Amino acid sequence: MSANPDTNSVPPHQFTYVLRLADTALVLGHRLSEWSSRAPTLEEDIALSNIALDHIGQARALYAHAAKLEGNGRNEDDLAFLRGAPQYLNVQLVERENGDFAVTMARQLFYSAFAAPHFSMLAKSCDAEVAGIAGKAAKECAYHLRHASEWVIRLGDGTEESRQRMQNAVDDLWMYTGELFEADAIDGAMITQGVGVDPGSVKPSWDATIDTVLAEALLAKPKSGWMSSGGKRGQHTEHLGHMLGQMQSLHRAYPGVTW
Amino acid sequence: MVSEVRELDGLVARADAALAFVCDPELPFLTIHDLGILRGVRLNDGCLEVSISPTYSGCPANDVIALDIVTTLARAGIDNTHVVIERNPPWTTDWITEAGREKLALNGISPPPRAAGKRALFDNAVHNCPQCGSRETELLSAFGSTACKAHHRCLHCREPFEAFKCI
Repeated sequence: MSANPDTNSVPPHQFTYVLRLADTALVLGHRLSEWSSRAPTLEEDIALSNIALDHIGQARALYAHAAKLEGNGRNEDDLAFLRGAPQYLNVQLVERENGDFAVTMARQLFYSAFAAPHFSMLAKSCDAEVAGIAGKAAKECAYHLRHASEWVIRLGDGTEESRQRMQNAVDDLWMYTGELFEADAIDGAMITQGVGVDPGSVKPSWDATIDTVLAEALLAKPKSGWMSSGGKRGQHTEHLGHMLGQMQSLHRAYPGVTW
Repeated sequence: MVSEVRELDGLVARADAALAFVCDPELPFLTIHDLGILRGVRLNDGCLEVSISPTYSGCPANDVIALDIVTTLARAGIDNTHVVIERNPPWTTDWITEAGREKLALNGISPPPRAAGKRALFDNAVHNCPQCGSRETELLSAFGSTACKAHHRCLHCREPFEAFKCI
């Protein structure tokens, strides 16, 4: 089972580590679900809803595991619906608004190019539950990466209008990519214990993927500049609070509601 | 003692027989055994534990299948049951049985390519048209009507069809 079978001895670090992964998956899944019924084409509507479902499924499994690690009676719904923005520990990239289709695809490309190799490494975690969830998620994210790459290439190497919008999206979201690779003390502790992996070690693979896709899309890679950070510590852009307000409204109006 | 053991053995055998009829709600011609998601049936302190592995992370059928297992066993007279979700090692389409693959093809869904490693994910595997058998088919969308299926089209008979995505 987990690296620390006795839940009383599980350090809060492990709970926080799993919670961060869960929050990132849920926030991105919810963002993508906002496209349901309003995507550019029927196929794309189905694709985005499917990708949303993958992320929300990953989040549910991670929340259930986090709740077990915490061991104080909170369940996956409590973690998803009864925490405000400052308690959410997702990376800022995934909370950014959908914008136009180009923004959504740039966000998905940046995240999936990180998540696919990151989950592949995490599939060797000594926390068996994390390893199992990550092993499945790595393959799902590989499908998402392929999908997002194809769209970025099609739009970048498309019309003048689509190229400009795709370039703007890449430029606007670039400053949220740095946080993906940051490791703090919690990551450090989890890496030492073999539960977690160093997100920084994914950077070469991410750079290679992004370079290939942007080159094929005839888009310019932004110059590395100032990077925003803090999502993993609960510091968020203004967009997250609005999103959670909507996502949590039902559960907060009817506490304990179930289907 | 001996009779008790025999009775418990009988319980697991009865449960196995009952579980042979639990199907995937979205692919109702496939049993959970065909899909390869049934991981084990065992007695734990008088409680019958059935472990299953989820297919795609977010597939809504996972919850329905867990509920179907409990109700199917109750109908077979086995009430003290518990469904355990086993995520490690993660389920892969390679676990779909040969019978399951045949049933997919018979129902117009092209079975997944074998060896669902990363290479297979990115290979453009050729799916034969389940209607006319032609190899001249194309992928329309990697995301279909359910999490596990992609949308294809036959260039020969022009019929659209679904293919099970390898994972």
